[in-house]
Amino acid sequence: MSEHLTADVAIIGGGTAGCSTALHLRWRRASVVLLERGVCGSQASGVNYGGVRQQGRALAELPLARRSREMWSRLAGIVGTDCEFMTTGHIKLARSDADMGELEAYREAVRPYGLELELLGRNAIRARYEWLGDAAFGGSLCSEDGAANPRLVAPAFARAARAAGADIRENAEVTGIERDGGQFRLRTTDGLEIRAANLVNVAGAWGHEIAARFSESVPEDVIAPNMCVSEPLPYFMVPNFGVCGGSVYVRQIPRGNVIFGGGRGIADRERLRAYPVAAASLAAMQQAVALVPRLRHAQLIRSWTGIEGIMPDDIPVIGPSRTTEGLFHAFGFSGHGFQLGPVIGAVLSELILDGATPTPIEPFDIARFTLPAPANP
Amino acid sequence: MSDRKPVIVGAGPAGISAAVTLVAAGLTPIVLDEAPRSGGQIYRRPPPGFTRSRQALYGFEAAKARRLHEAFDALAGRIDYRPETLVWDMRGGALHCLSDGRSSEIAYRDLILATGARDRIIPFPGWTLPGIYTLGGAQIALKYQGCAIGRNIVFLGTGPLLYLVAYQYAKAGATVLAVLDTAPFAAKRRGLPGLLKGATTFAKGLWYLASLRARGIRLESGVGPIVAEGDTSVSALRYRAADGVEHRIACDGLAFGFGLSSETQLADLAEIPFRYDAVQQQFLPAREVSGRTPVAGIYLAGDGGGIAGADAAELSGERAALALLEDRGQAVDKPHLAAIERTLQRIAGFRAALETAFPFPADFAAAMADETILCRCEGVTAGEFRRAAAELGAAEVNRAKAFTRCGMGRCQGRVCGPAAAIVLAAALAVPPERIGRLRGQAPVKPIPLAVTA
Repeated sequence: MSEHLTADVAIIGGGTAGCSTALHLRWRRASVVLLERGVCGSQASGVNYGGVRQQGRALAELPLARRSREMWSRLAGIVGTDCEFMTTGHIKLARSDADMGELEAYREAVRPYGLELELLGRNAIRARYEWLGDAAFGGSLCSEDGAANPRLVAPAFARAARAAGADIRENAEVTGIERDGGQFRLRTTDGLEIRAANLVNVAGAWGHEIAARFSESVPEDVIAPNMCVSEPLPYFMVPNFGVCGGSVYVRQIPRGNVIFGGGRGIADRERLRAYPVAAASLAAMQQAVALVPRLRHAQLIRSWTGIEGIMPDDIPVIGPSRTTEGLFHAFGFSGHGFQLGPVIGAVLSELILDGATPTPIEPFDIARFTLPAPANP
Repeated sequence: MSDRKPVIVGAGPAGISAAVTLVAAGLTPIVLDEAPRSGGQIYRRPPPGFTRSRQALYGFEAAKARRLHEAFDALAGRIDYRPETLVWDMRGGALHCLSDGRSSEIAYRDLILATGARDRIIPFPGWTLPGIYTLGGAQIALKYQGCAIGRNIVFLGTGPLLYLVAYQYAKAGATVLAVLDTAPFAAKRRGLPGLLKGATTFAKGLWYLASLRARGIRLESGVGPIVAEGDTSVSALRYRAADGVEHRIACDGLAFGFGLSSETQLADLAEIPFRYDAVQQQFLPAREVSGRTPVAGIYLAGDGGGIAGADAAELSGERAALALLEDRGQAVDKPHLAAIERTLQRIAGFRAALETAFPFPADFAAAMADETILCRCEGVTAGEFRRAAAELGAAEVNRAKAFTRCGMGRCQGRVCGPAAAIVLAAALAVPPERIGRLRGQAPVKPIPLAVTA
C-alpha cells in the first residue's frame, strides 16, 4: 500500500522540537508532514527529568532559553494545556566555597541576558528552605525557573499541531531520504512517500544519522540520564534544585512524588532501549537523602531513563545545513533540551519561512564539526 | 564459572523443589525469598510460637505442606538460604537484593525464577474501603496469624480460591454471609468435562461447596454489578443476582479476587520475551515446559511463569532444576523428565478447564463505571483512563499510563494493570493483546531511599 503526500516541510522526529516546529509552521500556513518512528514524545522529550531551567546553561543557550521560558508561561494558550508547568524556582546548591565562587561568577555572566539570580549564603538558604540538610553550603536561586510533566508536553504539541492542520504520522519510520530536483523525497516503512521542499532533522539521538546522509558527519554520542521517583510524600519542597557539578537533581511535584536523577543508565541506540542502572539509582538516593534528610523515610517506587543525544561541546546543533539547501537541523541537546523544545519550533519556522531568526543561534552551527576551523590571521 | 552457585528466587513449592533437586545433585544453591519463612503463599508458615496445627492451616493440603516444609528444613546447611530478601533489580548477570536495609549484589550464572503469583482484581465502586481485602490477603491473615478480616464476611469474585478461602473462614468460625461468584452457572457446566480430569482437585472443590452449602451459606453464581458501601469502612455490599434482582448484605468484611496473575517483573527485567496467553488473559514470559526460557541460564518455575497451581509448581520447580543440571552437562534421568512433563501437560489441560469454569470476567472490567477508582495508588478513575484513550490518543497501555499516572504508584500497576488493560482495550474496541503490557521497571517493589549500598 503506498500513499503519496506533498508538503512544504517534512519533519523527521516527533519530540517537542519537531511537534513545536509543526505547530509554528501551521500558524503561518505552511503545509507540514511530521514522521515519528514511535509515538510523539516517547524518547528524550518524554522521559527526561522535567526541569524548565535556565540557570546553569551555557551562555550561548541563554537567548534561546529566555525566549523559550516566555513560551512556557503561555503554554496553555499555545497547546491547550499547561502540561503541569509550574514556576517553582530553581536552586543550584553549593557544597563548598569554590562552588559559591562559581555561582557568583555565573550570576555576573548572565546579567546581560536579563537573567536575575539571587545568591543565598548558608544561613539564608537554611532559613528559607528548612528541609535542606547540612550538605547545603549555599546556593543560587532562579525564581523564574520551574518544571513541567515531560510525559505531556510533546504529545500536547503534537495534538495542537494536528488540530492546526499538520499531518502527524506516528509509527512511521523513515527508510529512504533522497534529494532530487530541488525537493526532498522520503519513504517510510509502511509505504508512505513524501515530497517536500524543506526537511527538518529533529531526530534527537539519531539526528547525526540524517545529517550524515547529506555529508554532514558529526560526533553525536548518547547518554541515558538515570532517573528515580519516590512514593508521594506531603508536599514540602516547592523549588527544584541541582548541585554544582550536576551529580544530583531533585524536585517534588504537588502530587507528592519526589523525582530525582543522577548518574547514567545504559543507552542502546540501535535497539531504541535504555535501562536504568541500580548503582546509579543507589548513588542518587544517597545524595538526595544527604541534601534533603527527610527523604530518608521515603520509598523509591520506580527508576527509568531514556536516550539523549550529546555533542562533544555539550550544546546542540541548530540551524541550516551547510551542504543542502532546504535542510535544517536541531538535535544533540546534550541532556538539557526539554526547556528549549518549544522555542526550537519558533526558530526553525523562522529559518524556513524567513531565512533568518532574531534569536542568536550562531554557536550551534553544524559547521563547527564539519568545516575546518578558520586559520588565525 | 560453572562452579558459581545457582540462584533460586522464591521459596514456595516451586523454589523449594528446585532447591531439593539441586542439592540432590550435589550443588549448593542460593535461595532468596521475600518472606521470613519458606512455604510461599500456599504453604505459608505462621510466625514462630503460633500453634495452629498444619491440619487447621492447610486442610487437605496438610500432608503436602508437611512434606514440603520438612524437605526444605532438611536442606539447612546445604543451601545458602536468605529469607527476608527482596530481589529489586537485575541486569548484567547480577541480582540486586534488599535485605535488612542493605542492598547487595549477587552474581549469577544460572537462575531459577520462582516468583509466584498475586491476586487478580477488578475494581468496583467502594473497593478501596477499609475492611475489603483480596482473597489471598484474607487467606494470609488467617493462615499466618490466625486473624479474620471481619466478623460478618462476604466472599466475592471467581476461581477456586473463592470457595477455598470462604470454606477456610467458615471452618475457622467466622460468619460467612455469602459467596458470590461472578461466573455464570453455565460456564461451570462447560468447564465440567475438563475439570473431571483433575479428579482429586475437582473432588476437593465439590467438598468446599458442599460444606459451605451445608452451613446454610448463600451461594450465588452469575452475580452482576457490585457496589461496596461504607463511610470509614465497608458496611454493606450491593449486587445484582443472576435473575436481575438487586440485593444488599450488611457486612464488615469483604474478600474478593478474580483468579491470579503471575508475578513477572523479574522475568521482564531479565528481558525474557513475553507473549499473550489467551487462557490466562495475561502477557506471560516465554518458557518451555522444561522451564527453559529464551534467555540462556534463566529458568522459570511455578506460577510466576503462568498459573498452574501448587502441585504443578512443585513439579515445574524440579523440572527447571533438572533442565539447569542438564544444561550444566550433568546426566539426568530422561524417562523421569518425560513423566514430569506429561503430568505438567495434564495439569495445564485442567487449568484450561478451570479458566472455562471460572472465566475472568473481562466484561465486568470493561463495564466499570467511569467514577470507579481504577488505580488506587494514584487515584485515577476508569473515566480518566478512558479519556486518555479517546481524547489524548493513547493506543497502548504504557502511553495511557504516561498520560494518566494509572499504574505509576507504589504497586507499579501490579494491582490495577490487568483491569486497566481491559478497560483500555474495551474503550478502543481492540483485543487486549493489542493494548500491550506495562513495562517492568526497577525496583520490583518499593525500596527505602535510605538503603545502604
